[in-house]
Amino acid sequence: MFDFLEGYDLLGAFWVTVQLTLLSAAGSLVWGTVLAAMRVGPVPLMRGFGTAYVNFVRNIPLTVIILFTSLGLFQALSISLGGQRFETINFRLAVLGLVAYTAAFVCEAIRSGINTVPVGQAEAARALGLNFTQVLTLVVLPQAFRAVVGPLTNVLIALTKNTTVAAAIGVAEAALLMKEMIENEAQLLLISAVFAFGFVCLTLPTGLILGWVGKKVAVKR
Amino acid sequence: MSSVLYDAQGPRAKRRNVLYTVVFLLAAAALGWWVFQTLSDKGQLDWEKWKPFFSGSEAWTTYILPGLWNTLIAAALSMVIALPLGAVFGIARLSDHAWIRVPAGVIVEFFRAIPVLILMIFGLALFAEYTNVGSDDRPLYAVVTGLVLYNASVLAEIVRAGILSLPKGQTEAAQAIGLRKTQTMTSILLPQAVTAMLPAIVSQLVVIVKDTALGGAILTFPDLLAAVSPMSSYYGANTIASFTIVALIFVLLNFALTSFASWLERRLRSGKKSTGAVLPPAAVGGTESAGTAA
Repeated sequence: MFDFLEGYDLLGAFWVTVQLTLLSAAGSLVWGTVLAAMRVGPVPLMRGFGTAYVNFVRNIPLTVIILFTSLGLFQALSISLGGQRFETINFRLAVLGLVAYTAAFVCEAIRSGINTVPVGQAEAARALGLNFTQVLTLVVLPQAFRAVVGPLTNVLIALTKNTTVAAAIGVAEAALLMKEMIENEAQLLLISAVFAFGFVCLTLPTGLILGWVGKKVAVKR
Repeated sequence: MSSVLYDAQGPRAKRRNVLYTVVFLLAAAALGWWVFQTLSDKGQLDWEKWKPFFSGSEAWTTYILPGLWNTLIAAALSMVIALPLGAVFGIARLSDHAWIRVPAGVIVEFFRAIPVLILMIFGLALFAEYTNVGSDDRPLYAVVTGLVLYNASVLAEIVRAGILSLPKGQTEAAQAIGLRKTQTMTSILLPQAVTAMLPAIVSQLVVIVKDTALGGAILTFPDLLAAVSPMSSYYGANTIASFTIVALIFVLLNFALTSFASWLERRLRSGKKSTGAVLPPAAVGGTESAGTAA
């Protein structure tokens, strides 16, 4: 019944999906936190930049960003991110696009987390004489991160699903393999079921495990 | 301006902020200069490449407007079909009967866990194999199918959250005057929930509009994004110019929708007549980020 799977690297394709997810998650967590810090910081210019970035990027389709990295950055401007082979270049471009896009959502999640930290925490920290960077990194962000595990999990799940968009620039991940298999094999329903199952396997445990972690680390108030 | 995170600025802090501003400006200027240099080295800033968008309407009438029209059609169709479907599933998840509640929950969670693109690819092959939809119409059907399946399940969650957000007294009062469960739902809960859900529904429209672009990139659906490559090859490889214009249209369209959603939310919150229950635009987990949008 499953002999149509022969000759296709199903696990390899899902492994690329996982790699895309993890690398983009790490990148967007860093860039999103920096953006959030800019948006709550004392320098007006940085606040403006953060706000503009988030509002701009959130409203563009991810597909446009990903296609732009390939057609615009690579083909028109020859930016290859140090990759030599075609596959490496497209993979790196896809990660770049996913980070740029997802960071906007990470930034908003963290900013909402900062708002859940009671005002007294920051006031007490300032009363001790801490400056903005210290207030943020020592007092507010550690508590904010504990509060945003839930929202960040949603962003991570969305990111896992969004990695399929990398198929648009030929990264050999799950959606591209599914398209190829459907074109070559006459097993539409089974193939679709296999890929749907694969994504359920990726997203469902993420939600369950991180949901549990989120409850575990949440600050009791 | 000051916030709880930092003190009112004294002379030293002000000097430091000016320093940061200057450093940030310099970094931004360096980046901007590099982008400008790269663009002009590759000839992407030549007036020839931007001219089609600003003089004459050919580029707009041939490529952009038909694409935008298709994007809007697909988004509107998906929303119109997904809304009633979502309402049915949302209400089914609140049913008192486990045999309705549980299957509805499984279906909703299943379609929320799968990427829209997978659903669209499935839809395209499905229409090709089992129906006699013409091959020109198939991409639109596939895009709408994928968007409906995904967004109906997200809307189901929004409907559920909207009904649950109503004060308990509404149900109790309805029961006290002898209404049946169906009557309570249709004449008391749903009408109020719809107003509470409006901001969330409008911002889901943003997700739908963004996701139609998937069809343009992968399913050969002639949407706004799909207009980029014929356009840029016709006007002499003006890739950057075409992408800029298309991205700006998407941003303006979605920004208008987002602003409308938050205006609605503010208005409903300050209204005196409602129960005050309002779902913020991103009320349901990951709604806002969930599309490829996600």
